[in-house]
Amino acid sequence: MTFKDRYDMVVIGSGPGGLAAAISAKKNGAQDVLVIERDVEPGGILLQCIHNGFGVEVFKQDLPGPAYAQRFINEAYQVGVDFLLDTMVLEITRDHRITATSKRYGFLNIQAKAVVLAMGCRERTRAQVRLPGARPAGVFTAGTAQRWVNVEGYMPGKNFVILGSGDIGMIMARRLTFEGAKVERVLEVMPYLSGLTRNYVQCLMDYDIQLQLMHTVKNIIGKKRVEAIEAVAVDEKWNYIPGTEEIIPCDTLLLSVGLIPENELSRQAGVLIDPVTAGPFVDDGFQTNIPGIFSAGNVVHVYDLVDWVTEAGLIAGKSAARLIQAGPQKTEKVIPVKAGENVRYVVPHTLNPDHLIEGEIRVQMRVRQPIEAPVWVEVRSGERLLHRKPEPYARPGEMVTIFLKPALLDEVKAANGLSVAIAKR
Amino acid sequence: MKTYDIIIIGGGVVGCMTARALSRYNLKVLMIEQESDIGMGASSANSAIIHSGHDPMPGTLKAEMNRLANPMWDQLISELGIPFKRSGAYIVAIGEEEFGCLAALSERARQNSVKTEVINANEMRKKEPLINPAVSGALFTPSAGMVDPFSACVAPLENAIQNGVKVMTDTEFISFITNGRRIVGVHTNRGDFTCRWVVNAAGIYSDEIMHTAGVRPDFKINPRRGEYYILDKTEIEMNNILFPVPSKVSKGILVLGSTHGNVLVGPNTQQTPDKEDKSVTGDGLNEIWQGAQKLIPSLNQRAIIAVFAGLRATGNALCTSSKVDYHHDFVIEVAKEVEGLVNLAGIESPGLTAAPAIAERVVELLKDAGELLTKKQDWNPIRLARPRFNYMTRKEQEELVARDAHYGRIVCRCEMVTEGEIVAEIHAPLPAKTYDAIKRRTWLGTGRCLGSFDMPRVVEILSSELGISVSEVSKKGTGSEFLFRPTKEVDA
Ligand SMILES: Cc1cc2nc3c(=O)[nH]c(=O)nc-3n(C[C@H](O)[C@H](O)[C@H](O)COP(=O)(O)OP(=O)(O)OC[C@H]3O[C@@H](n4cnc5c(N)ncnc54)[C@H](O)[C@@H]3O)c2cc1C
Ligand SMILES: Cc1cc2nc3c(=O)[nH]c(=O)nc-3n(C[C@H](O)[C@H](O)[C@H](O)COP(=O)(O)OP(=O)(O)OC[C@H]3O[C@@H](n4cnc5c(N)ncnc54)[C@H](O)[C@@H]3O)c2cc1C
Repeated sequence: MTFKDRYDMVVIGSGPGGLAAAISAKKNGAQDVLVIERDVEPGGILLQCIHNGFGVEVFKQDLPGPAYAQRFINEAYQVGVDFLLDTMVLEITRDHRITATSKRYGFLNIQAKAVVLAMGCRERTRAQVRLPGARPAGVFTAGTAQRWVNVEGYMPGKNFVILGSGDIGMIMARRLTFEGAKVERVLEVMPYLSGLTRNYVQCLMDYDIQLQLMHTVKNIIGKKRVEAIEAVAVDEKWNYIPGTEEIIPCDTLLLSVGLIPENELSRQAGVLIDPVTAGPFVDDGFQTNIPGIFSAGNVVHVYDLVDWVTEAGLIAGKSAARLIQAGPQKTEKVIPVKAGENVRYVVPHTLNPDHLIEGEIRVQMRVRQPIEAPVWVEVRSGERLLHRKPEPYARPGEMVTIFLKPALLDEVKAANGLSVAIAKR
Repeated sequence: MKTYDIIIIGGGVVGCMTARALSRYNLKVLMIEQESDIGMGASSANSAIIHSGHDPMPGTLKAEMNRLANPMWDQLISELGIPFKRSGAYIVAIGEEEFGCLAALSERARQNSVKTEVINANEMRKKEPLINPAVSGALFTPSAGMVDPFSACVAPLENAIQNGVKVMTDTEFISFITNGRRIVGVHTNRGDFTCRWVVNAAGIYSDEIMHTAGVRPDFKINPRRGEYYILDKTEIEMNNILFPVPSKVSKGILVLGSTHGNVLVGPNTQQTPDKEDKSVTGDGLNEIWQGAQKLIPSLNQRAIIAVFAGLRATGNALCTSSKVDYHHDFVIEVAKEVEGLVNLAGIESPGLTAAPAIAERVVELLKDAGELLTKKQDWNPIRLARPRFNYMTRKEQEELVARDAHYGRIVCRCEMVTEGEIVAEIHAPLPAKTYDAIKRRTWLGTGRCLGSFDMPRVVEILSSELGISVSEVSKKGTGSEFLFRPTKEVDA
């Protein structure tokens, strides 16, 4: 197969975000679309997520990860998206030149009219949570273990302790138990779960795996391979509580301590990064500050459902296709959207009110402090309440979505800025 | 029983440089290293600075070796292909009181024949825009530099191998074979070897090794641990070596841009009785962070991508010059109590810097002891560095990939290490047989994701290139395997 050196649109990454962007760009009139993926197969992280729970929003069906991905892969091939697999993008410039390298295709230089960043995210490591102790083999991120077990077919240990109650960690606790391993404990430094409640119920409770909130790892013990970890209880400020130390023998410590959007390529291209989300500042069409560079999926902020990633990709692809065909649009007014009371961040960061003419605009946010009581999610322009929505509770592990309806067009247009807040009802 | 002229115990930078220096002569040399790879001791966990020599107590072996070795590095790196930058270093004074200390430091440097220059606060700010605004001036030592410390082990040893030296890893010295006062060989876990000389370059264990021969029973190494943080080069850009004004006990917490771009901060100093204790501690890391912020207040913890610790082999040897009152000097000697033993012990900082001079001193000691050393006619001083994709221009990368497609596949996404580089290291003169061995040679897995992306891929490459099963692939030798059994066995 030969590749052109010019494309209407190039998508970096073939996870659900990238696939949706490519399909949607094609459907919305982009002539030729190329997806570049460093793995040997398209699909992104979903390929190692062999558990189910995907597609409930998009397909109203509960699918395993690879099956969910396959639907989009098939569709992408059907609509004529090109794929460059086993190829790593090394650099993107602000004027959309892409440098990539591949064992199969050699060194490549490609010019695109628009670029969609869909590189996903990576896992935080022991250094980023400043985990003390020795440095033997047997300390892995939960995702690395997931790849080993689900893709390579090997067990990276027999007795596990998992630090962090992120979704990947809880899912791996169940998976490892299925494979005959013993999961001794899941430790979480926060007073609440960092992943979805449904994963706590289905992956830990159902298998009698003990979760200890407000606990962390004080020491890793072992010269060549992990021999034990020392667990300890912490107070609200994460100080160790003396006397609560406990040695837990194990051969593996898995870390499920958060995900970080992967934006090194974006930064090189001059894309501005929000320090809170660690993803680009985006408008409601997922365009970054660099014209013609869009972003979709976990590269923007870490979603908790793949279905939302897909939705974001569809929007990004559509806006890129519009730019390719019509050129940059002059916007009369850009409205900033800010995180207000008890909201850690909100995406998009800005919006073009005229887009409300075409349909509703999705606004997604994460709560700062959990509220285990009914709440309002409110959108205001200054003091004025434009829109609100009830939710039964608000938890940091579960993203909150609110839609701005076309009926709000005039009010949004008149606003100097919007802010969103989450408060007790 | 295999017979050699010289056996070197220990594959740290001192042993490796010594092996290369000896490879110039018509000698049969064997190096034994107890670990699965060389350079797993102090030599791969340090500040990586080629010191100017301003700091050691004048008149000590530390000062002398540092002064002799510093200028040797230019030739070494060009012959051996070691990444090195003679960047100079700054000892930075914060506040007026510290500025007053610079004069004494510059006087000590003068006594050590090291050139220095006092610069004012504005010049320092220009050199390092991130510096603490309260900077009052600095002492600049132009001859200091930074090196890739692991390359400083592997490159000379590979060159030694090219010139006939034999290396055995996973081979632990157990005791000496003696004949009266004379050492005539060594017992190891992999058999006995006879020789005429043993060079004890066993780092932190060098005291215990000489004690087995009854040598210097009072000499003791009291390890001192130093912890470090590595900061992501995409979050902070720094090309300088910055020291604080030193205290009585240590050079203090320094901040430097390493040869591979990431920023290194550390070390602190903690006594530890345990010679295997390379753990990092919460308190230690806090201490480093505070120390580093004194120089660069804007350091952000978000930039932290790795932590590690090294053990200093701090000895208690008196300075050989009776005029100098100093109790932690290097031991570089032919042992007096026995025949056939050279001790290179207590080699703490500036031991990395000093290693090439120590190696030359070993040659002199042997000559002085009556060894007739004749030079090899065909000695080849050149060891070519292997391609490093990440440090090439785009054009060079393109040419490399065109030449060999393996270099087109990136395996480590943060440090941009290719399959070609990994395969080349596995089949190098000093083969990399473990994950960490590849890591030390290529910097793979040392970036933001700490190997969580590349690990499964590297395990697979090691398994297929070495012809072993994936469950035999280890991080750092037997006992540190990654995987232990397949998931459900499936019928073919
Ligand atoms: C280990 C792990 C496990 C997860 N498990 C779950 C789960 O069980 N359930 C869930 O809902 N979510 C899970 N997630 C979150 C998951 O990232 C998202 O749900 C979803 O896969 C995000 O889609 P995406 O398209 O944004 O990114 P991804 O699926 O991560 O796709 C990004 C793609 O970009 C490619 N890429 C990146 N950089 C380059 C480059 N420079 N050149 C070429 N290609 C590049 C990558 O190889 C990858 O295929 C997990 C995340 C991780 C890291
Ligand atoms: C925190 C720290 C910072 C430092 N910073 C600097 C710096 O910036 N600049 C500088 O010049 N110096 C610095 N140093 C000092 C420098 O790192 C050391 O002096 C140097 O690495 C010592 O090398 P070595 O070969 O003697 O020891 P090592 O590298 O420790 O090697 C000794 C080897 O002997 C092997 N061995 C031990 N026992 C046996 C046995 N029984 N059988 C077989 N093999 C055995 C070990 O496995 C090991 O590989 C620093 C040191 C530390 C710890």
